[in-house]
Amino acid sequence: MMSIKIEHLDYVYSQGTAYEKKALNNINLEIPDGQFVGIIGHTGSGKSTLVQHLNGLMKATDGTIYFNGENIYAQGYSMKELRSKVGLVFQYPEYQLFEIDVFTDVCFGPKNLGLPIEEVEKRATEALRQVGLKEKYYKKSPFELSGGQKRRVAIAGILAMQPEVLILDEPTAGLDPKGRDDILDQIAELQKQRNITVVLVSHSMEDIAKYVDRIIVMEKGKVRFDDAPKKVFEHYKELECIGLAAPQVTYVMQELKNRGMNVDTHATTIEEAVASIMSYEEGRGRK
Amino acid sequence: MMGIIKAKKLVHDYEKIGEDGQVEAVYRAVNGVDLDVKPGQFIAILGHNGSGKSTLAKHLNAILLPTEGTVWVDGMDTRDEEKLSRIRQTAGMVFQNPDNQIIATVVDEDVAFGPENMGIPTEEIVSRVEESLKTVGMWEYRDKSPNRLSGGQKQRVAIAGVVAMEPKCIVLDEPTAMLDPVGRREVIKAAQKLNREKGVTIVLITHYMEEVIEADHVIVMDQGKILMQGTPKEVFSQVDILKEHRLDVPQVTMLAHELKKKGLALPEGILTVRELADALEGLKK
Repeated sequence: MMSIKIEHLDYVYSQGTAYEKKALNNINLEIPDGQFVGIIGHTGSGKSTLVQHLNGLMKATDGTIYFNGENIYAQGYSMKELRSKVGLVFQYPEYQLFEIDVFTDVCFGPKNLGLPIEEVEKRATEALRQVGLKEKYYKKSPFELSGGQKRRVAIAGILAMQPEVLILDEPTAGLDPKGRDDILDQIAELQKQRNITVVLVSHSMEDIAKYVDRIIVMEKGKVRFDDAPKKVFEHYKELECIGLAAPQVTYVMQELKNRGMNVDTHATTIEEAVASIMSYEEGRGRK
Repeated sequence: MMGIIKAKKLVHDYEKIGEDGQVEAVYRAVNGVDLDVKPGQFIAILGHNGSGKSTLAKHLNAILLPTEGTVWVDGMDTRDEEKLSRIRQTAGMVFQNPDNQIIATVVDEDVAFGPENMGIPTEEIVSRVEESLKTVGMWEYRDKSPNRLSGGQKQRVAIAGVVAMEPKCIVLDEPTAMLDPVGRREVIKAAQKLNREKGVTIVLITHYMEEVIEADHVIVMDQGKILMQGTPKEVFSQVDILKEHRLDVPQVTMLAHELKKKGLALPEGILTVRELADALEGLKK
């Protein structure tokens, strides 16, 4: 069954004013259940605008979005229900923490769904465990935590709603490498365990290449590439032209190939590159 | 020669004050750091969040004062209150969030703010503003509103604002953490240009490894101490230690390291794609 289907989606900012700007231009996408998708684009490419449409926070100027086969713009469609199923974690979500302690903050979402208190607390505990936050922090004020920990609390707040689709808008922006790896590893783990659909918005190819099944590259409000990571990175020259870059490994493999070494230019991770270079070197050694 | 910035056994403690006004807990963020930055150097300081690198940075222009030890900026002890404004004019500071650093409604007015406060004559301000904006590549935006600039552009305006005060040294505290790859490159390029063309001493605090490979000297901080330091090549030769502390290594350095482990005779500390390709090509002979 299709999870999300987007047809001919347009979005125009400040329509009818001097600042009118077409942020999304005829987007057509299908995201099946359980997929781990990366959306990449330069600042201003429309990637954040696009994901805010997926849970109905922004309403398209034109076009349609189907969630589980239903048109979300149809009369009587419950946006509240959509938002409980499609969880969106904003950029710098830690700025939105407000409760007196971590646990209460995570309970806020499920409580608003009208669930009984036992269920709310059960979900909050589970969500906090999923993001790897230790129990000793539950009763602390969110403002006493480090940046990475705060971000995890904010993500737990969304997970506690148990969404079918989890969208994260640059979840690692401003984090250090350790914080970044921890959060992405946990999201990947969660995606596998619960088999939910995850949409990860990022501008780092290196981060995304490791995790996702599919990369959607946005440019000037349009989908420029939409394919498996390896296929997308083949266009590394075009990616550069739009202010993005393929992982460094891609450049190494291309450079080696240009110098006449027969290596696999599709390698995008260090493991793949090592395997390809070693098999080339061993092949040469035997000759 | 006295370094432009020098620290000796610098210690910084943060104190948590309880509701009764008593000190509840003490956290030692910087723990015995020695530093000697020579004029004209490009220094990079790396480390995790919580490693003490930003606390250290704030000592370099007397935003924070030492709990123990001493910091000198161009020979001036940062604890000498009378010299405070001279210290801050010697070592300018650029922070992480561009939105917190811009105050005027027009780009060139923002850049003029610093020199105006220093009491510089108007004609001189005008020429300084022009020159600083040109250095960071933002001259064509001089009459624009900062609101409509990208993060990288705003950050370059913030740098121009510091440059217009003509400091000998600029400390950049994670200036690229909130920027996209293009913005990051623009900001680093501007810093490199200031260093090379104007001889401004640069101290760049970052956790992006690829930003430090062109630095003269790299310092890696961990738990308030200097974990290691040296040229980029020396530091990145120690991939295992960096990984152990979960610090990033440029992907190409990591790849070379893994190939070496598999038995290829490659040198350590490879930092660029070209170096790796050259080294692999060299194996042929």
